[in-house]
Amino acid sequence: MKIGLFIPCYVDQFFPDVAKATYELLTKLGCEVDYPLGQTCCGQPMANSGFASLSKGCDANFISCFKHVDYVVAPSGSCVLHLKEHLHGSDEKAATHIREHIYELTEFLTDVLKVGSLPASFPHRVGMHVSCHGQRGLHLSSMTELRLPEFSKPMQLLNLVKGIEVMYPERKDECCGFGGTFCVFEEAVSVKMGKDRIKEHAVNEVEYITGVDVSCLMHLEGILKRNGSKVKTIHIAEILNHEVKQRV
Amino acid sequence: MSSRERILSAITANKPGLLAAPALNLSVLPDRTDMVARYVRALELIAGKAVVVSSFDAVMEDVRATRAAGHYVVNTIAALGPLSDEVTTDTHADTLEPIYKAFLSAEFGVVENGAVWMTESQMQNRLVPFICQHLVICIRATDLVPNMHEAYDRIREMEGYGLFLAGPSKTADIEQSLVIGAHGARSLVVYVVE
Amino acid sequence: MSEQVGKSLWHADAAEVFIADEPRTDWHDETLWFVRSKRDKASMQVPEWEELRELASGIKDHSLSNLDNYLKEFEEKATANGITVHWAIDAAEHNEIILGILNRHGFNKMVKSKSMLTEECHLNAFLEENGIDVVDTDLGERIVQFRQETPSHIVLPAIHLKKQDVSDTFHEHLGTEKGNNDPQYLTEAARGHLRGKFISSPLAITGVNFAIAETGGFVVCTNEGNADMGAHAASVHIACMGVEKIIPKAKDLAVFLRLLARSATGQPITTYSSHFHKPRKGQEMHVVIVDNGRSRQLGRPDFRNSLKCIRCAACFNTCPVYRRSGGHSYHTAVAGPIGSILNPNLDMKANADLPFASTLCGSCSNVCPVKIDIHQQLWKWRQVLAEEGYVAPSKKVAMKGMAFLLSNPRLYRIAGRIGRSMMRAFPGLMNNRKMNPWYKQREMPEAPAQSFRDWFKENKT
Repeated sequence: MKIGLFIPCYVDQFFPDVAKATYELLTKLGCEVDYPLGQTCCGQPMANSGFASLSKGCDANFISCFKHVDYVVAPSGSCVLHLKEHLHGSDEKAATHIREHIYELTEFLTDVLKVGSLPASFPHRVGMHVSCHGQRGLHLSSMTELRLPEFSKPMQLLNLVKGIEVMYPERKDECCGFGGTFCVFEEAVSVKMGKDRIKEHAVNEVEYITGVDVSCLMHLEGILKRNGSKVKTIHIAEILNHEVKQRV
Repeated sequence: MSSRERILSAITANKPGLLAAPALNLSVLPDRTDMVARYVRALELIAGKAVVVSSFDAVMEDVRATRAAGHYVVNTIAALGPLSDEVTTDTHADTLEPIYKAFLSAEFGVVENGAVWMTESQMQNRLVPFICQHLVICIRATDLVPNMHEAYDRIREMEGYGLFLAGPSKTADIEQSLVIGAHGARSLVVYVVE
Repeated sequence: MSEQVGKSLWHADAAEVFIADEPRTDWHDETLWFVRSKRDKASMQVPEWEELRELASGIKDHSLSNLDNYLKEFEEKATANGITVHWAIDAAEHNEIILGILNRHGFNKMVKSKSMLTEECHLNAFLEENGIDVVDTDLGERIVQFRQETPSHIVLPAIHLKKQDVSDTFHEHLGTEKGNNDPQYLTEAARGHLRGKFISSPLAITGVNFAIAETGGFVVCTNEGNADMGAHAASVHIACMGVEKIIPKAKDLAVFLRLLARSATGQPITTYSSHFHKPRKGQEMHVVIVDNGRSRQLGRPDFRNSLKCIRCAACFNTCPVYRRSGGHSYHTAVAGPIGSILNPNLDMKANADLPFASTLCGSCSNVCPVKIDIHQQLWKWRQVLAEEGYVAPSKKVAMKGMAFLLSNPRLYRIAGRIGRSMMRAFPGLMNNRKMNPWYKQREMPEAPAQSFRDWFKENKT
């Protein structure tokens, strides 16, 4: 089973630790992980701005990078959702193969690898931020609006981590306000939404806020830092990959 | 081309291919347990009051006492005493405005939401259940249906006007504060006669 | 985009103004979130909730696919029952028809219960220009009418106002005690004031929640009883409906009435669900069927099922953007998520901002009782608007640039490296609140020396 690791453009550039953690975690779990060096982006920023028509070059590049792997795995719910819904190309067969075999990290772990244990340890209070596209788009977890059985793939995995205490904010699955270019074009609403999420996590006195999407975390972290908060953000890959390296 | 023709032809041209209507098969069967008790609770939750009685005595007393206090009472239920024949389908609103309390029958009650279904002939005038200050309705305990699906099954033919009435009139339009008694009746009592 | 649309600002700018009063924004947000939670609790009382949504969606999908025939059936049955059916191709014709009826009878006053369609058609302004005194009788609508504002929410018109505001307005217009904010007191004052209007008004206009093809009847749902107070006292009752309000059979009402109030306010049913089939003896009853762009929307495969909407506003209440920007920032009669997919059909240029007033979180689609794929339609409208040229040119240029970069791996890597080096060397570059909207209230992410690819190439190949 050959896995193609897809790292979202801004994670590659600004949050390489998340990518490293993802790579290490998948490798530790016995996967043959390839990282196609020619990858760039999933094309979502253009598409969400109304310019899906401009993403042909980006899509073609993506297809050529990932057409030969069995699975594409990415530490990002929104990128994976976008590709699943919108990836097309002149090589439509390859595009279809990718769309049908692309996974966000946590769902790959629960659904394909069926991970039942992890050597990870993270003895901290962590706030769970439920990223919208992963949740409502990929069904990574149940949704508070729907009258359906409760479940959460990310939580299922976090519960395997020793010492961790995970808490939901009061509004369990309200959006953080990042929304892609929304974060700058509707800056006032975006930041207000982020501030409100942070306030709810603060009530739980968490040390970290985690989630499956770096975009959400980057946005929340920007606000946390501006307000001098001690709360840090950490991607779920980094928690799941976290082992105590040495005893102090 | 008339507007009617223009609209209909635009719709004919633009509508999608015919999709079948879904079959109304719900996997959950309606709950028929303790219907009277549940109806009472449902009405309470919507600011109404339900009183379970074994005869019309309590209701008759209500009619008598309200009239004795000098209020204008409209009664449409033969068992309660003299009927208010002055109220007909075309009685003017001016004449109905002073109604203090109206006693009306309803066809049946709906357990899932505390509503009753009433027809125009039961009201005698469409405005009565709205313009009265206080409303009293009588239904039989055997005339309760569990949910709205069975409610519509029971309505054989629609009269010129029919009403699902659920509780007294209300509004929360002022800063979401619930106020009972907006424009319609200020209170609702349903006597469930066993 | 700080261009003005008539008197309104684009959503982003109006929202910024709204949010500037943070405590008030919090109050507005919490109030509407509470309505969303009431909806949740109500849905939990119905074990078959998701099945009902699927049914409602299916009934509406079917109706729209047979809309012309159902409208004809409705007209035939209604007419046989003594109702006069009118057809209006657009808002102007709708308004003229109503004025015509008023003039024919020589009436110069009327009462109106809630009808978003009449808001869409700007009926009040038109009638007032023509010498008609219009009294909106829904309490929330009467309040905003006194204040010369538009409703900010299709179910809770005055949700943006505090009781202090209502008290001031009623003091001015009804002579209530200055400073008396008690909702009970204020509602009582409105009851008395409007009771007189109901009784003396010769003509009443109502909306239509559902029109039934099978019977030629229509249903009007209210909590206050104002629609009925007006209609049953008036000698002429006009009911206004969009073509999409048609449902096939009376028994279908069970599905919709089980979903509507629970979705809207968390009540199991509205206080009054009035079923009109025939005029009262001696009364004239009219129904005005309105198109106003609906048949055009029907012809858009991606957007046609926005016509399934039953105007419950559950999408408003759940939308984190709506709750923090208020209905007026959407500058249309129907705001919120559903408005953002309906309004571009009416006027793409004026409403080009609306589909972008969203993070596409998808909560709206989940609460919609008729399962409209609202968030997906928002995305699709963005493509249409960009295609039609209604997205700012600067944005298009930026996107073209981005597309070019992202289809050239080498250029992407170079740009990334340069960007990060610049940020590390000259942090002040990005740290400018005017030039960089991100930086107004957020710190920038740190720029690492190495990208992941750099690390991978160095260590793993």
